[in-house]
Amino acid sequence: MKRWLLALLALLLGRGRRAPRVEREERILPDAPTSPRAELVVLALFGLTALSATAFIVVYALDRLSHQTQLLGLTLGLAFAFLAAALIVIANRLVVTEELEEDYPPAAHPAEQEAIDQLAEESTDRMTRKRLLVLGGGAAGAAIGAALVTPAASLGPILEVAPLLRTPWRKGVRLVDERGKPLLAHVIRQGSFYTGFPEGADREQLGAPVVVVRLDPSELHLPDGRNGWAPQGILAFSKICTHAACAIALYRKPTFPQVEPRPALVCPCHYSTFDPATGGKVIFGPAGRPLPQLPLEISTGGELRAGGNFSGPVGPAWWGVRSRKPL
Amino acid sequence: MKALAAIASVVLALPAGAAGAENGASLYAANCVKCHGVGGRGIASSGPSLRHVGARAADFYLRTGYMPLREPHQQPWRKGSPFSDDQIDALVRYVASFGGGPAVPKPHPERGSVARGLRIFTSHCAGCHQVVAEGGYVTGARVPALDRSTATQVAEAVRIGPYLMPRFGTDEISSRDLDSLIAYVEWARHPDDRGGWGIGHIGPVPEGLVAWLLAGSVLVATCLVIGRRGAA
Repeated sequence: MKRWLLALLALLLGRGRRAPRVEREERILPDAPTSPRAELVVLALFGLTALSATAFIVVYALDRLSHQTQLLGLTLGLAFAFLAAALIVIANRLVVTEELEEDYPPAAHPAEQEAIDQLAEESTDRMTRKRLLVLGGGAAGAAIGAALVTPAASLGPILEVAPLLRTPWRKGVRLVDERGKPLLAHVIRQGSFYTGFPEGADREQLGAPVVVVRLDPSELHLPDGRNGWAPQGILAFSKICTHAACAIALYRKPTFPQVEPRPALVCPCHYSTFDPATGGKVIFGPAGRPLPQLPLEISTGGELRAGGNFSGPVGPAWWGVRSRKPL
Repeated sequence: MKALAAIASVVLALPAGAAGAENGASLYAANCVKCHGVGGRGIASSGPSLRHVGARAADFYLRTGYMPLREPHQQPWRKGSPFSDDQIDALVRYVASFGGGPAVPKPHPERGSVARGLRIFTSHCAGCHQVVAEGGYVTGARVPALDRSTATQVAEAVRIGPYLMPRFGTDEISSRDLDSLIAYVEWARHPDDRGGWGIGHIGPVPEGLVAWLLAGSVLVATCLVIGRRGAA
């Protein structure tokens, strides 16, 4: 690693060296005095840019920081502000500028091209520590670049997907409501919907919340292998939409089923609509997978308990999600 | 409409002492029986039974103009009722006389807390009605705005669950919470716009649009100023 860095440094420092230019008799651009102070300012600004961009990465890594969002904005904003300031100082104090007006030349001639080359080189004549400045600019650019790609670390695990499949539901886990009271089967009525959580588990987990509804058992057409998953017609599904992980906060139920749309669980974000009667199948909207169903059991005390884990992975899809089983 | 006027005149001609249920019966026979059946028994293909729905549901559906419906497949929507207040009273009494059912609720929003109401509204209602009760859509139906709902109508709707709306029992929304909920719905008609400009209260998309348009114009103006200095 160290060797690589040294090699990179040598490459950067050596790159600017060229064969000495043949001196022309006359300069095109007017000569201007060097200004070491301006160069120092630019170097300092580049340094501050790199520092701010690095601070962004550090703030990003420290997850428990209060006001993290504000600090992220501040550090990245400062990095760009310092970079802009450095470029302004270079443009105003270090680059020789001369506005020239002339007709377009006929075709490109070698001599004129040389003159343009010369123009470009002379414009940076005032810089006495050109390589150091290039290095400083490179460091500032590299730090900002690193800061910009850092948030990609939050895109999630690339190969290790086990955390995405883990849920707190096991056979026998009781369903509790928002206040922690057990959900009782006789309380769950048709035409209403309830939110349940696994007793004693972290509710912030993606796999924790479920939505509970009751349908007429005669209306159910659950997929094969889900016999006994809906005792008395009570069904539980993950409350997290399989499209973009919004909460399934809508339950539409017909007052008069003969003429009105059938019961459905709907996500308010993009209107993915799931049919509870057929085990959470998508009947409308962008969701690509059915809503995972949680098997239920009713204990002797009338409490709802999980009969196992979900029928499929909870939350939005990633590649290979369909072939996985929740852990 | 003519038939209605005729019935109304008949109703008005009845002696003042006649039982309200009797007026209700004739109004019911003229306007409701076609779908809901004789004695509120319901008709399988066109209208649900009204037995045990009580005065609460009748009061809600009639005062909001949800009923009468032109045809059964239509979504009930708020409109002016063809009935006078007295006629609605008579119909409500008549439907309640079919048997049992809850009475018209008497909410007390002045006892509720707007802050608590907001929390209840966001967890139970905002999914469909939007957080400032502007209404919206659910697949297969429109969701009404609540700007013209009275306190009583909100209290009724929460317990009844009209059309596709779920019902909420006292286990989920207690009577005290219902008072707070109504207090919030009433507040949401005229919310304090701390930012100065509500932009329709429909959320971050128009707010972002306005921010971009305003900030964009300022940026373009700045560019123009800088450009002019260079040209001089």
